[in-house]
Amino acid sequence: MILGVVGMVNAIVFAVAVLIALLGGAGLVSARQPVHAALFLVLTLFGVAVLFLQQGAQFLAAVQIVVYAGAVVVLFLFVIMLLGVDRVEVRALVGSGWRVWAAAVGVIAVLAELGFLLAGHEVTGAEALAGSLSAGTNLGVLARSVFTTYVLPFELTSVLLVIAVVGAVVLARRIRVEDGTKHEPREEVGS
Amino acid sequence: MIPVSWYLIVAGLLFGLGAFGVLVRRNVLVMFMSIELMLNAVNLTFVSFSRALNDVGGQVAVFFVLVVAAAEVVVGLGIIVALFRRRSTVTVDDVARLKG
Repeated sequence: MILGVVGMVNAIVFAVAVLIALLGGAGLVSARQPVHAALFLVLTLFGVAVLFLQQGAQFLAAVQIVVYAGAVVVLFLFVIMLLGVDRVEVRALVGSGWRVWAAAVGVIAVLAELGFLLAGHEVTGAEALAGSLSAGTNLGVLARSVFTTYVLPFELTSVLLVIAVVGAVVLARRIRVEDGTKHEPREEVGS
Repeated sequence: MIPVSWYLIVAGLLFGLGAFGVLVRRNVLVMFMSIELMLNAVNLTFVSFSRALNDVGGQVAVFFVLVVAAAEVVVGLGIIVALFRRRSTVTVDDVARLKG
């Protein structure tokens, strides 16, 4: 074989991960129940995590599994259960006529344009200031970059997370009037 | 090793699926998940270029995208819960009017 054993294993892992990711993506788009869509999303995230791992981004693969497939999808499932929106949609895709085709044509056009961009050359070719990837272990290099060059954005993410949590609490709480009864949501006038 | 362009093609396909989902689905939860799919496809692009250019900046970008995506999910689901309480629907066609 031209590839050798390691190349063969790499190719097989790549093919399986891509298959899993694309299967999950197609399932997410076409699933009729939101619960199924969330589970297909887990499948995709797992496939992408394997691709991360294959490219030497071990830390990001672990974070992808823990944060995305763990926390984020559980949050999605929790909201789906909370709202009780387990009703099956009549059709997964709206219109199922010209609108779907128009969406497909638009998406393919954007991807074709991206392909043309990819075939071009790098814009500047300048060296980035983040540091070289091969200077040490993946986690060490990443940590050094985050805590030195990007320490200010890193600290600002804590502000962002606090704002997000407070905003979610404000959005999701029920408004109560002073006599303790629940505030009835206003009926929508007309349709 | 697998060539970087293959990863980019996969990322493009995933992004296309996510964009297609946002355009053709009307359940707001599924649209939101499609947006997550698009974010993930872009993350894959970042990691691929990070490997191709031997530069850790791409992986740092993915790190920050993950943090922002987590915050975005929290706020977005809060909005969806508030929307459901008010209108009892999660279909975006039913909330086409901007009036409260």
